[in-house]
Amino acid sequence: MEILDRRLNPKGKSLPNRQRFLRRAKALIQDAVRDSSAQRDIRGADGGGEVSIPMHGVREPSFSLGQGGIREHVLPGNKEYREGDEIQRPPGGGGGGSGNEGSDDGGGEDSFRFVLTREEFLELFLDDLELPDLAKRRLAQLVDPAFRRAGYTSSGSPANLSLSRTLRNSLSRRIALKRPKPEGIAQFEAEIARLEALGDPADEVPELRAQLERALRRSQRIPYIDPIDVRYRRFEPVPRPVAQAVMFCLMDVSGSMTEDMKDLAKRFYMLLYLFLQRRYKQVEVVFIRHTHEAKEVDEQTFFHSRETGGTLVSTALEEMRKVIEARFPPGEWNIYAAQASDGDNAAGDSTRTARLLLEHLLPAVQYYAYIEVGRDGEHGMPGFPRGATDLWRTYEQLVVAGAPMAMKRVRNRREIFPVFRELFRKRGLTEEATA
Amino acid sequence: MSAGGLNPRSQASENSPRSQASDNRLLYSDGEWDFETLRRIHDACEEIALGEMGLSVYPNRIEVISSEQMLDAYASTGLPLFYKHWSFGKHFAQQEALYRKGLRGLAYEIVINSDPCVSYVMEENTATLQALVIAHAAFGHNHFFKNNRIFKDWTDAKGILDYLEFAKNFVTRAEERFGEVAVERTLDAAHALMSQGVHRQRQRRVPDLRSEELRERERRDYDAARFNDLWRTVPGKTQAHVPPSELERRRALLQLPQENLLYFLEKSGPRLAPWQREIIRIVRNVAQYFHPQRQTKMMNEGCATYTHYRILNRLHEQGRISDGAMLEVLHNHSSVIMQPDFDDPRYSGINPYALGFAMMQDIERICEHPTEEDQEWFPDIAGCGDAMPVLRDAWAEYRDESFILQFLSPHLIRKLRLFHLSDDSGKPAIKVGAVHDERGYRRVRQALARQYDPAWTEPDIQVVDVDLSGDRRLIVEHRVLHGRTLEEKEARLVLRHLAYLWSYDVLLKEIDPVSGTVLREHAVSPPHD
Repeated sequence: MEILDRRLNPKGKSLPNRQRFLRRAKALIQDAVRDSSAQRDIRGADGGGEVSIPMHGVREPSFSLGQGGIREHVLPGNKEYREGDEIQRPPGGGGGGSGNEGSDDGGGEDSFRFVLTREEFLELFLDDLELPDLAKRRLAQLVDPAFRRAGYTSSGSPANLSLSRTLRNSLSRRIALKRPKPEGIAQFEAEIARLEALGDPADEVPELRAQLERALRRSQRIPYIDPIDVRYRRFEPVPRPVAQAVMFCLMDVSGSMTEDMKDLAKRFYMLLYLFLQRRYKQVEVVFIRHTHEAKEVDEQTFFHSRETGGTLVSTALEEMRKVIEARFPPGEWNIYAAQASDGDNAAGDSTRTARLLLEHLLPAVQYYAYIEVGRDGEHGMPGFPRGATDLWRTYEQLVVAGAPMAMKRVRNRREIFPVFRELFRKRGLTEEATA
Repeated sequence: MSAGGLNPRSQASENSPRSQASDNRLLYSDGEWDFETLRRIHDACEEIALGEMGLSVYPNRIEVISSEQMLDAYASTGLPLFYKHWSFGKHFAQQEALYRKGLRGLAYEIVINSDPCVSYVMEENTATLQALVIAHAAFGHNHFFKNNRIFKDWTDAKGILDYLEFAKNFVTRAEERFGEVAVERTLDAAHALMSQGVHRQRQRRVPDLRSEELRERERRDYDAARFNDLWRTVPGKTQAHVPPSELERRRALLQLPQENLLYFLEKSGPRLAPWQREIIRIVRNVAQYFHPQRQTKMMNEGCATYTHYRILNRLHEQGRISDGAMLEVLHNHSSVIMQPDFDDPRYSGINPYALGFAMMQDIERICEHPTEEDQEWFPDIAGCGDAMPVLRDAWAEYRDESFILQFLSPHLIRKLRLFHLSDDSGKPAIKVGAVHDERGYRRVRQALARQYDPAWTEPDIQVVDVDLSGDRRLIVEHRVLHGRTLEEKEARLVLRHLAYLWSYDVLLKEIDPVSGTVLREHAVSPPHD
């Protein structure tokens, strides 16, 4: 008898199986993830959680007997029946008895619930999304080199000496120049010794000695390892793409923005943040809020404190420009910006806003997303399409002109996820969709 | 069946020589345990199991695992190392969700039919539960695995762990070489046919060339030895040599009809790659390994439950476990063998632990305190005094179906108030066929036995022919018993898998074996991709 403690064995033995299962049921789970994320609150947006997928999609079929025919059952616990009694079938048509082990693994259920981890959830949720213009345009200027092996070189530091390559060269050189082998020399010496012992009957020894002499001289002239044999491993610096990103959250906090609207905006920022985090090692977030003047603030203030005042969008853009100049040189940072607003802007500000964007911000950023939040039900009046707001009209012109920017309207919490997905859908997919 | 297996040797060790040793003979004093405790428990159980009960077991290996590892083991059908497949991930996710919600507890143990016999026990168990589990699995199940004829004939306890290791590595290598998707596809298809992947009878050995030659030579030697030219002159009938028909020839060539679909595909599938054949073989071997367990579930659990009940009672009598611990044992024991009545909402079929344990106890009663009725029904064993030889013989020689047919007594039928229902979908009402009375005992017993007979509960599906000269269509037959045809949707899904492995069309005929008429036909073409 032996007792073994297996508790310390590596855990997660079933992880590969789980990955295979998730891959198998990917389409189903993805649908379930989207459904469930539409109802999630803000804290749950990045968590894992239970999802439910239809059973039939992951069924393992096997031959089984169907309904009908003659069945026999033996059941325990008879109370009143006598032989020959007839029992009416239950109206549901389910038949009597459970048969034999009908639901072994819960196969009778229509849907099947299980728990996803946070990583799995995000992976599935963000699976077919892509950051636009992921590669930095001015990549060549980057000074963040990484080293990569790149062949051999004839000069280098001793630490990088490639022994096998050096000896290979040495061997081929020795063969090419016919350097005498030590065995050959040993053979000569043995032969001379043998003949001398016999008294040198054929007078061959002087000839042999001359040959031995030549061989020895030759092997001295041709070195075993020559400096031209030596090779070093070569390393080559390659520029590494920037793995850091900064995300600007711009928001209008003037009186016209209600808490609901801010909540919508916050959800959008959350998603963007999660998304960036999955793509970049390091993601900085800058919060800029504005009324008629703009200020960089921390997250708490950004979402929760109220301000009063007019609305000047250009101030926020100006602030963003300053921050970029001061801390985030576009050559080193991938810059993303997301702006949320109810679309109000002071009448004279549009031109300035457009110019700021066009001249300073859009050349620097990878992507600029604008979402216009509105009250739920605002667009519910049939026949009264809500007119485009000032800001919307301004941005629309830029988008039409081909700027790296996208804009969407959001009215309801449910729309956040679809809108987000649409903004970041993979390029190929959009093209397919429009083609 | 024969009484030759009865073995009266075990009576000798009734009173253990150490029974009046020290005062404090308790194996453990509270719920806590360590490895030393486990060892003491194991040794104490072993003394009773091998001595008093005369069991014979494989060497034990007890492995302590955590609850997460138990879930892992659940997911891959209880086997410690298994190849990777998404369905195991699905089962794991399902079990985990149920377990997390508290809907389902975990089993206290899993035991593997191997030599040495591996029992997994959970670290969360109390010392009493460990004692229960060790008595149940490491001795009860272990004895059954080692001695039952079906297990001995059909499984290789020594080789199974190595084989699983091989299977796992093979599948991994195949995934690396041929891609996860291709391997998964083959495994899916093979899994769908798993229950049609077992041999139910011993295969006729296909003669190989060498033995065939040997036989031929022996026959010629025999003829030569007996040669007498006179026989030539005796007039006799000229034998008309009938050449075998095309169909017969083909059937002989392909070993048809063949009930083991996976075996047939492995040997005769025309377009399978060698690695696919090997994977089919692996699935088939695993199915075959589990086949005995399905046929002996009730007996196996009955044997293990009877064993733990007896061992723990004896330990208590000897003062080696405390009264409190015994109450914990009884509590667990009685919840394991709970059998709700058929009209109870908790009813979900007959509990194999309950029926198995009840039958074992009933046999004990018949042997030790028989009534007149028992004398009449079981003249061989009634009143023989010692139940253990009878039980050991039953555990060795029977499977569920034959065990019920042989040993279910009228007493037990009355006690469980078993009754038999006949449900004919052609008639408006369900009929009560037999109840626990004089007229019904035999019929109840027979019907219950059939409920445990795979021949009655599983569809009889066989490959009958292949159109070799034509479009290579595979013809599979389901011989329909009592008008119970296959569930159509599922059947089509499985046939798609079958067609994938066969690579040509497949036709499934459901025929009535009595009249030979075809009730239904399903034709499926292989998927085109």
